[in-house]
Amino acid sequence: MNSSNARLGVRLFFVYLLLYGGFVLINAFAPSQMEATPIAGLNLAILYGFGLIIGALVLSLVYGALCSNEDATDDSSSSTGADA
Amino acid sequence: MIYERSMSAVVLFTVFVGFTLGLSFWLGRKAKSSEGYFAAHGQIPWFVNGIAFAGDYLSAASFLGICGMIAVSGYDGFLYSIGFLAGWIVALFVVAEPMKRLGKFTFADALDAKFNSPGIKLAAGISTLVVSVFYLIPQMVGAGVLVEPLLGFEHWVGVLIVGTVVILIVVTAGMVSTTWVQFLKGSLLVVFSAILSWMILERGFSTKPGGDEQRIFRTLGPYAQADFKPTAANLPNIEAEVGGNLVVPQGEWDASGFVQFTAGDETSTWKLDAADDSKADTVLLRECQWVTTKADGSVLINGQPKGTGDGQAVLTPVGRITRLPDGQEETGSLGMAEFFSTLQESEVELWRKHSLKEASGDKTDIYYPKLTPGSEVLRPGENPKFAGIRGDSIFGKLNFISLMLALFCGTASLPHILIRYYTVKDESSARKSTIVGIASIGFFYVLTLYLGLGAMTSGAMDVTSSNMSAPLLARSMSTWLFGAISAIAFTTVLGTVSGLILASAGAVTHDLCSSYFGWEMTDEEKVRLAKTSSVVVGGIAIVLGILFKGLNVGFLVGWAFSVAASANLPALVMILFWKGVTRQGVIAAVIVGMVSSLGWILVSDDTCKAVYGMSEPLGITPFSQPGIVTIPLGFLTLIAVSKMTTGTAQDESAAA
Repeated sequence: MNSSNARLGVRLFFVYLLLYGGFVLINAFAPSQMEATPIAGLNLAILYGFGLIIGALVLSLVYGALCSNEDATDDSSSSTGADA
Repeated sequence: MIYERSMSAVVLFTVFVGFTLGLSFWLGRKAKSSEGYFAAHGQIPWFVNGIAFAGDYLSAASFLGICGMIAVSGYDGFLYSIGFLAGWIVALFVVAEPMKRLGKFTFADALDAKFNSPGIKLAAGISTLVVSVFYLIPQMVGAGVLVEPLLGFEHWVGVLIVGTVVILIVVTAGMVSTTWVQFLKGSLLVVFSAILSWMILERGFSTKPGGDEQRIFRTLGPYAQADFKPTAANLPNIEAEVGGNLVVPQGEWDASGFVQFTAGDETSTWKLDAADDSKADTVLLRECQWVTTKADGSVLINGQPKGTGDGQAVLTPVGRITRLPDGQEETGSLGMAEFFSTLQESEVELWRKHSLKEASGDKTDIYYPKLTPGSEVLRPGENPKFAGIRGDSIFGKLNFISLMLALFCGTASLPHILIRYYTVKDESSARKSTIVGIASIGFFYVLTLYLGLGAMTSGAMDVTSSNMSAPLLARSMSTWLFGAISAIAFTTVLGTVSGLILASAGAVTHDLCSSYFGWEMTDEEKVRLAKTSSVVVGGIAIVLGILFKGLNVGFLVGWAFSVAASANLPALVMILFWKGVTRQGVIAAVIVGMVSSLGWILVSDDTCKAVYGMSEPLGITPFSQPGIVTIPLGFLTLIAVSKMTTGTAQDESAAA
């Protein structure tokens, strides 16, 4: 595998981790915030929850579009893993 | 509830299962080698593999458990949907491509790629078995739950049927047929859930009660709390309104918050519900349903034997909207966002349970209506398992974070999901199939909120079983749809269970027998051993599925995720990102993660109450979900042991 794919993957992973972590922490420490209804009578719990699901799909499509398709041509990086 | 067999449902169901089995036998003719049996020769097209991911992953927990939990407590069940999907991000961005590159048949292959150590194979093989068996329990419970209303069989018969059919599928053809079964089931599940959600939106909300008899449970009052004494002057008026004489509360009933009235042979049970926050001593009477289990094991429904004849009773299906915004009685069809904004302004009748244990040994479960504003249904923290986030204790909050962490880390650590990376030809296919998986799984999880809330307000809910909500919702729409949904849910169980059994068989054959015990086997013997272990694991699953009847399957799956994330993820991630990992470090991390998370779950308060039936939990663990402690523990163990054993590792691994 190619290490630029791995680097891109790790970056996108941290983007999602921030989004997901934010959701979990708001739920845990300020659950009443989730009752606010900022848009169209929908509460934050539903907006953020749907946002996380749609966000996962968007990020995965971005990853798919940016990844290069050269498979396992470079064996030197394959034995130790992604951060090589 | 008493479930009547419906012919159309049974016909659809039989055709469906028959077709699946036929397909399996037909595909099975080709797979003779172990490469074919375990990895389908790496020849599955990536799109098919992606949908098969959905078929593998969207288990009974997702379909029955999440919908059921949403139907009973609202938004909280959706937290599982969010966590289950988020886990795929870890799978795609971190694990997918290296997994395909490093391994051949099993998850242990990938862990062991650098070391070639029998010890790693043993530890990872055992962890695969433990996680898979844990994951099998909820699937089998779900199977029993489904067959009960559909075919009118007892729970254990359902478990037995699924177990047998799955063993047949796995034994006949291994990964090829399993993949196609999962592909079929994944597509059907997503398509039919979309149809069902569309029908929910078309139907909209209505304040009419559901069920054939459209029974409305009465609410009377307000009365003064003091009136419920035999000597009270106002009691005769209350008795006239209720239509029965007050049963003087004795034993456990005294001060329980519930009262009973009798008229002739018939008894009614009522909850004394605070009428108004400002006046603590006035109450409303709310009519309840109740199930008594006598000391001799016989069961009474509402004080009468179970049945539909004279002098017999059954529980009434429940769940409805009691008030819509602006005093409407029906909304007509609703848009996707309007569905939530309308519910937000409405009031829903949810049902809760209160158990009384009497000195005579009789146990009574009283189910009472609880009117809940829609805004509370749509916020997190209503289910008792999530209520901790609204409390003051830090442990309640940690419990929640712990579960969400385990769901996030668990997906990419599930052996039966990971082996699917070996069925495609290269890393780019592994990546593409994961993206297809995320799209279909994500779409399904968006639908779970519509399905769950639709079931909550469908008037078709069974107060005794949350797991039945999705099929019962379908039945409230049409019998054919009920047949179709039940058949799909049944294949849902089949697809996931066959994946799990295959993962276990792979672990036994490759990791334990071939690598650790060093058995010399021909290709044919390997396949035969795998088939034998499939039968054994299937048998164990059947027994556990019968024992764990009655627990919410979504909740049970949460445990499997915790164990998988604690045992497998630290080793998997560190091997990819840290050069200092040693053989001993990997073994220690897998064992410590597995033992600590499993031990934590077995003594946790939730388990004590739900599984062992203890009234006073042991109180050993501060909260019930282990992930937040045991996942970091796995990482720390790996780093510490690797540091201690650096230098010796290379020589030993060559010799081992």
